[in-house]
Amino acid sequence: MTLRLDVLLAILGMALATYLCRAAGYALFRALRPPRYVEVTLQHLPGPIFMAYVAPALAMQGAKGFVAAALVVAVQAATRNLAAAIGAGVGAMWVLGLVA
Amino acid sequence: MSGTGIAFTRAGVLRGARAAAPLVIGTFPFGLVVGVISDAKGLSLLETWVMSGLVFAGSSQLLALELWTEPAPIAAATLAAFVVNIRMAPMGAALAPWFDRLRGIRLWGTLATLVDHSYAMSAAEMRRGGRDAGYLLGVGLALWCFWMLAVGIGHVFGSAVRLPPGHPVFFAAIATFCAILVPVWQGVRRDLLPWTLAAAVALAAWGAGLGAPWPLLAGALSGAALGAWLELRRA
Repeated sequence: MTLRLDVLLAILGMALATYLCRAAGYALFRALRPPRYVEVTLQHLPGPIFMAYVAPALAMQGAKGFVAAALVVAVQAATRNLAAAIGAGVGAMWVLGLVA
Repeated sequence: MSGTGIAFTRAGVLRGARAAAPLVIGTFPFGLVVGVISDAKGLSLLETWVMSGLVFAGSSQLLALELWTEPAPIAAATLAAFVVNIRMAPMGAALAPWFDRLRGIRLWGTLATLVDHSYAMSAAEMRRGGRDAGYLLGVGLALWCFWMLAVGIGHVFGSAVRLPPGHPVFFAAIATFCAILVPVWQGVRRDLLPWTLAAAVALAAWGAGLGAPWPLLAGALSGAALGAWLELRRA
C-alpha cells in the first residue's frame, strides 16, 4: 500500500482539472448571466451531447452496434426499464458476435 | 424553468441512489478495466483508490493511465484529465435551475460528484418536473461507491478478470446512453433536426480523425445551437 509523491501529485493535478471542468461551467453561468439564446441552447444540450457521444461509438462497432442500439431504444421505450434495455443491448451484441 | 420550490432532501438522495442501480451494469465493467490497467501500470491499490475517488471520471483515468510513465507524468496526466472532462462544463450549467437554489457544501460538493450518468438521469428527472436536487447527489454517490468497488476488484484480481477488448459486456456503456436518450426525447418537431445534426457532426469530426473530446463537443454544441435557433425562430 504505497503512496508515492510523484503519483500523488499527478493524481491531484488530474483531480483539480476535473473539478474545474465540473464546477466552472456552472460558476461561469451564474457569474455572467448569459443571454436568452445561450440559456435555450443549454436546454437543448442533453440530447445532442449523448447523440454526439453515441454516434461515433456505434460507428466503431459497425452494423451490429446500430442493430443493438435500436433494440436498446425499443426496449427502453416499451418497458421504461433501464436494466432491461442495457441487458437487451449486451445480449444482442453477444448474439450478433456469434453470428457475424 | 423557475427556481422556486427546489429542494435538497435525504429522500431525494435515496431516490437518486436507487435510480442509479441499473447504471452499475454499464459502469462496473469499465471500473474493472481501469483497475486492471492501473495495476498493470504499477500503481498500488491505495494509489488506484485515491485516483478513482478524487478524479471519478473513467475515460480520463484510462487515458492518463495509457500515457503513464515512471516517474508519474504530472503535467500530461493533468492535461489529459482536463481535455477529456471539459465535456462536463456545460452539464453543470444545464442543471443550473437546481444548483441556483443550493449553497456552500451542498452546491460545491454535489458538483464534485457530477458524472455523465448522474447528469443524464438528473436532466431527465428535471424534465419530468423533478425539484429535488438531492437526486443528483444520490445518483453520483451510488455510482462513486460502485466505482471504488469495481476499480478495487479490478486491481486485486489483475490479469484474472482481464476481458478481451471486444467483449460484449463493454457495449453496456454505450447502451446506457442509448437508453437514457429515450426519456430525453420530446418529439420530432423539437428534437429530430438538432439530434441528427449532433450525430452527423460528431461522425464527421470522428471520421476526420479528431481525437477524444472534439467529436463530442462539436456535435453537442452544433446540435444544441440548432435546437435553440429553431425554437427562438418559432417563438
